[in-house]
Amino acid sequence: MEKYVQIENVSMRFHTRRGTFEALQGINLDITRGEFISIIGHSGCGKSTVLNLLAGLLLPSEGVLLCAGREIAGPGPERAVVFQNHSLLPWLNCFENVHLAVERVSGRRETRARLEERTRAALELVGLGHAMYKRPSEISGGMKQRVGIARALAMEPKVLLLDEPFGALDALTRAHLQDELMGIVARSGCTAVMVTHDVDEAVLLSDRIVMMTNGPGATIGDILTVDLPRPRDRLTLASDPHYHRLRESVLRFLYERHARRVA
Amino acid sequence: MTAAIRKKPSTRASSGHGTQTVTSAAANEPVIAVAAPASRSQHERQLALKTRQCLQWLLPPVFGLLLLVTSWSLITQQSDGLPGPTATLQSAIVVFSDPFYDNGPNDQGIGWNILHSLQRVGLGFGMAALIGIPLGFILGRFTFLARMAAPIISLLRPVSPLAWLPIGLLVFKAASPAAIWVIFISSIWPMIINTATGVSKVPQDYMNVARVLNLSEWKIFTRILFPYALPHVMTGIRLAIGVAWLVIVAAEMLTGGIGLGFWVWDEWNNLNVEHIIIAIFVVGIVGLLLEQSLLMLARRFSYD
Repeated sequence: MEKYVQIENVSMRFHTRRGTFEALQGINLDITRGEFISIIGHSGCGKSTVLNLLAGLLLPSEGVLLCAGREIAGPGPERAVVFQNHSLLPWLNCFENVHLAVERVSGRRETRARLEERTRAALELVGLGHAMYKRPSEISGGMKQRVGIARALAMEPKVLLLDEPFGALDALTRAHLQDELMGIVARSGCTAVMVTHDVDEAVLLSDRIVMMTNGPGATIGDILTVDLPRPRDRLTLASDPHYHRLRESVLRFLYERHARRVA
Repeated sequence: MTAAIRKKPSTRASSGHGTQTVTSAAANEPVIAVAAPASRSQHERQLALKTRQCLQWLLPPVFGLLLLVTSWSLITQQSDGLPGPTATLQSAIVVFSDPFYDNGPNDQGIGWNILHSLQRVGLGFGMAALIGIPLGFILGRFTFLARMAAPIISLLRPVSPLAWLPIGLLVFKAASPAAIWVIFISSIWPMIINTATGVSKVPQDYMNVARVLNLSEWKIFTRILFPYALPHVMTGIRLAIGVAWLVIVAAEMLTGGIGLGFWVWDEWNNLNVEHIIIAIFVVGIVGLLLEQSLLMLARRFSYD
């Protein structure tokens, strides 16, 4: 299998006013093309830091990250991010928010009409064709996150990075968006790395679940391969004993082996 | 006196309570109206409610102004020199009946004086905005430059505006440009500081979006920094116009020429106290109008 994203011996230290804080230590991970990876762990374990390193928003203190054989030295158009709190610009409508991503990434190569076409296609892909000209303040939380996903997809990335994308949504909306995300990733064939703290979400969506130990100095505790056949259906899985075994092993990791010290 | 002041709000409060019960009764009305669609009396009741709400909204400021005028006339009864409200009003009618007369450079109508003051403020304030707002954006965007400018700004900002007047007179060798210079230097600080604060407060999330989308510096400015900082910029502009209008009267008193400040000083020399009081009201009203029009402009630009 082709290694598409590689994390090699990465450590991350933050220099704060109270001294150096070691967030990550000795992270090693190879991700193959088209794989869906979830990173799960208790809050504060540095899972978002891993994602920011992959996005190029942070640079590692030690080690190296590679994407398609090239070192990640900053953000790039092949790696798109869906942010935790959607991070839409409130003064632009949905169309303009998505268009911002399209015009920079491929603005020089394509005509204006083609760029608008791609923006529209991305919004229609997430089911927001009807709300294209609404401002973020006029749409629901679930719709905002859809726009966030559309903005990332419009870049036609090779790697989709998702930072707790559905964390702020209610359970029903979350389930709906998870199903849609599964379909979108399957169709586009892009590699995805998602940070989450939701065990069901991780098992449902992932090919492998990366389980992180607690910080400081967090590292990869275990990697669980989710060998459930695709396409997956949440209703069928609900009565699948294998699904429950996988779920249980993630829960055991989180609450037995690496239970969070009570603050 | 104080007892009289206290009494008014208390009677107001009880009348306000009375209308509140009326409002809640009116809120239930549509249910009744569905049952009986005879709408004429309902329409009349709504009209009565509207006038009542309007009165409720108008009464406190009217009471406030009445209080001001009463205390004013009470004070003038005790003192010989001060003209009372009636004398001032009569004088104001005369002054405003011919606002644009021109009897040579030292005797012009109130309209000319207002316009000259406004022109100076407009020029000084406009130049301050042209320089201060872009400078604020640059300082907000680049920390190094902000730290470079910090000692200069904190040193010069607290200086009383009029302390700059001699420098202006020396450099420009004329009164009117010196007054404009004073307006410029005193109104530039709020605009620089508020713009820079607004720009530097842009949430990291938006800047991360900009980095992930690989936006150019121009796109970052037009799509993120400018819209985000605009409300802060408008606050800076409002503070600046307030300062400028405060300072112009003092500056013109010292420099002379035509303008409200000069007019106040001239009328003091003529011992025409009614005109001084008129000038105080004119300065207040023009300042209020400037502030309100900028507030309306600010609301027009807010995005939520």
